[in-house]
Amino acid sequence: MTQKKSKGVIAEKKNEIMGSLKKLGIKIYDQLDSGVFPTITMPSRSTENIHYDPDVRQYILGEKSVTRSARNIRHVKPFTQLAWAAMFSNELTFHRKTSTLRDVYYSAQAYNMTFKDQQESNNIITDLETATGRSREDFNIFPEERSAVFGDLTIEYTVPGYEGKTLNLSSHPDGVLIGPALTSSEFASTTADKVIAIEKGGLFTRFIEENVHKKHNAVLVLTAGQAPRQTRYFIRRLHDELKIPVYIFTDGDPWGMHIAMVIISGSANAAHLRDLTTPDAVWSGVWASDIVNYKLPTDPLDDVDIKRLHELQRDPRYQGDPLWQREIKTFLKIRRKAEQEAFSRYGLTYIVDKYLPAKLYDKSKKKK
Amino acid sequence: MAQATFEEISASDFFYRNRDIAGFTNPSRAIFAAIRELVENSLDAAESLKIPPDIYIRLSFEGEASKDTQVYKLRVEDNGSGIQPRFIPSAFGQVLYGSKYKLKQMRGTFGLGGKMAVLYGQIMTHQPAHVTSSTGSAKIYSFKLMMDIQRNRPLILDRKVLINKEQWHGTIVEFTLEGDYLRARSKILEYFKQTAMVNPYANLTFVDPKGRLYKFTRATKVMPEPPKETEPHPYGVDVELLQRLIQVTPYKNMQEFLKNHFHRVGDITAQKFQVFSGLTDASCGKHGKLAYQDINWTGGPTCSGCSKALTFSSSKNPKKLSHQEIVRLMQQLKKFKEFLPPDASCLSPLGEDLLKAGIMKELNPEYLVVNQRKPATYAGHPFIIEMGIAYGGDIPRKNSFVIYRFANKIPLLYDEASDVSYRVINSMNWRRYKVSPDMPIAIVVHICSTKVPYKTVGKEFISDRPEVRKEVANALREVSRQLQHFLSKREHVDREKRRLSVFAKYLPRIAEFSTVLAGKERRPDIQKLIKSVQKYDTEEK
Repeated sequence: MTQKKSKGVIAEKKNEIMGSLKKLGIKIYDQLDSGVFPTITMPSRSTENIHYDPDVRQYILGEKSVTRSARNIRHVKPFTQLAWAAMFSNELTFHRKTSTLRDVYYSAQAYNMTFKDQQESNNIITDLETATGRSREDFNIFPEERSAVFGDLTIEYTVPGYEGKTLNLSSHPDGVLIGPALTSSEFASTTADKVIAIEKGGLFTRFIEENVHKKHNAVLVLTAGQAPRQTRYFIRRLHDELKIPVYIFTDGDPWGMHIAMVIISGSANAAHLRDLTTPDAVWSGVWASDIVNYKLPTDPLDDVDIKRLHELQRDPRYQGDPLWQREIKTFLKIRRKAEQEAFSRYGLTYIVDKYLPAKLYDKSKKKK
Repeated sequence: MAQATFEEISASDFFYRNRDIAGFTNPSRAIFAAIRELVENSLDAAESLKIPPDIYIRLSFEGEASKDTQVYKLRVEDNGSGIQPRFIPSAFGQVLYGSKYKLKQMRGTFGLGGKMAVLYGQIMTHQPAHVTSSTGSAKIYSFKLMMDIQRNRPLILDRKVLINKEQWHGTIVEFTLEGDYLRARSKILEYFKQTAMVNPYANLTFVDPKGRLYKFTRATKVMPEPPKETEPHPYGVDVELLQRLIQVTPYKNMQEFLKNHFHRVGDITAQKFQVFSGLTDASCGKHGKLAYQDINWTGGPTCSGCSKALTFSSSKNPKKLSHQEIVRLMQQLKKFKEFLPPDASCLSPLGEDLLKAGIMKELNPEYLVVNQRKPATYAGHPFIIEMGIAYGGDIPRKNSFVIYRFANKIPLLYDEASDVSYRVINSMNWRRYKVSPDMPIAIVVHICSTKVPYKTVGKEFISDRPEVRKEVANALREVSRQLQHFLSKREHVDREKRRLSVFAKYLPRIAEFSTVLAGKERRPDIQKLIKSVQKYDTEEK
């Protein structure tokens, strides 16, 4: 059993975040104080400025930048909203309170800063992310949670009231919600030597029941469909701080494949952010070739699936590892798709007993 | 075989049988028509003296007549010129009294004035009319009259003479009639409002049967020049008028006849026309009888072949023209291209200032522009178009413009959609002027003419003649252009105001938030920035 430790990461990060928010405040303040209309310059998020960077293996923003000026009649309102959002985030971070996007929308009204709709307030939060280069989760603004984690990992809380308390993530058989308290925790110790991310709740539960975490020394992560950003960030931390490999199991269709890809290489929407990707993570299945090899029960691909496959074929993120193009071609050839649950035709434990070991060890050998 | 019987009917009998023509169509229309006939007479009477009119109208309830109609007493008092006593019985008791061989811009839609009203009243209630009038002389004459409809003669039932101590001049008419005021009420009030608009120098006071008082007070005492009488223009005559003129003329030859009874016809034009129409022969010693085009008219008529003076055959006596010759004369008058165009100096337009005053007074608009066109003519009749366009104020926002139509200073309230103005307004490309029909806009059109080109006998709308349409369209374009300037300027000012308010709203918040975020105590001073937005923009313009 190995013991791994990573401490202080969270505390350090909090200081950095507050620093960057304060810097923004001082910049605006100083401009105003010297009688100048304040401006904020940030990278442009327009589609022509989003590029795929093969070196960092994710989408990044290019050289183009936009300047928001309080002098501009069309900018002054969003500028004010941005200043408010920065102040609000600073307060959240300072008081170690958390909030959701919905919360932000309503909180604004308490400051007499109304947003036209949820979308407008979401956009301002994305502006704040872009201007500071930090994700909103760093400012304690979280979406609704639905993903979970289970396994032998002991975390130490940093949230108010729980500081220093620890929790072993195998202590609750439904798994532990990946929420603000968990993502802001330090990792204390673990025996795990790998992370297995699973798309669907049913399989996640099956893995726990079948003691996959013990049998394979794994931390199990439920992405619950497309992984939320905090979950992607959490997976990245597991990989970086514990220095363990990440395996991803999804449905055998273009959508499942892309869930894995977003964990690995991120999304265009988050091109302004770093630390959300885990480039070394591995998509372990269900592959199109698994459908063939394991003779899985299938459904035909429909038109939307086919269209999506063609899109992915051209997507720069799918150009690196030849695995992707190979699997896309296989999908297009067999024109079938299969869910993770399809393995149940061979009995409920088949996937754990036979399929999983085959995929895990075959793949990890190849990787090393 | 059935035998048709023919009988001659008098003029008053004719109108009795055809009262629809004069606007007395139904009980509500009748009461409206009676009021307007008398009010318009009164306005004309005051205007002829150039005295600002003071008109008092009272309609009082006398009793029920039928399920839908009541008997009312209508009294109209004015401070106009008054009527000479010897004319009073005929003026109110005889239809088509007087000889109209001259033309004048008049309000009265039919020239029937109050006669039709009195006639209608008599038909329905069989009550006499009371007419009191003085021209400002020492005496006031008061008549109690009825009309002998079959013979078209006034019947004087009573006649009184009063001493006029205060040199009062004016006319008071009172008679009873049957009608439906409740239905007519909104039309009557609209009529007064619009009459007040186009006669801003008049005081109108109306007391309705419920005792409600409606007062329209004058905004000015300035009056337009009264219209002048004028001879008919040769292009505008018909056979009937020619025959009447021939009957009454004292002149014994065509030269004098043409010169004295027609507008803008002088010695030379009369001579030219006679040769043109073949009424007279022109000849020269060398070439004999000359055709019209062989005569050189400049510098005294000479023969264009030999430059010799001409001799003319004697001018005919108009009274000796045969019926065929009269018809031919009328045709030639219309064919001859060298009559001078009618002169508009006889017209009495309102003028831009008065039109403005009237519209301001009744609509209180935020913006108003008026335009008076130069005189134009149609079929020998001069006319002038006056146009106003008003924005905002009391003008309601609807899905169409509010259109006020006037002819010779009276409002036209019916058949709007058939009027030439309505058509011009609706065929205009308003988007070019950045104007849309949902804006609170009123368009005022006034046509004045010696003969208003009404389309039908109902005389409620102006016909779509190309000459009139062109003038209306040009006037409308002119005022619309100015409205567009106003609107775009206002929009600019509004935009600037909005702009400033945006900065004034947000800059302090930015200061507030950044102060907290930066952890500072003192708020930065942003007044300078807000001011700079203002200054910058005034320079920008």
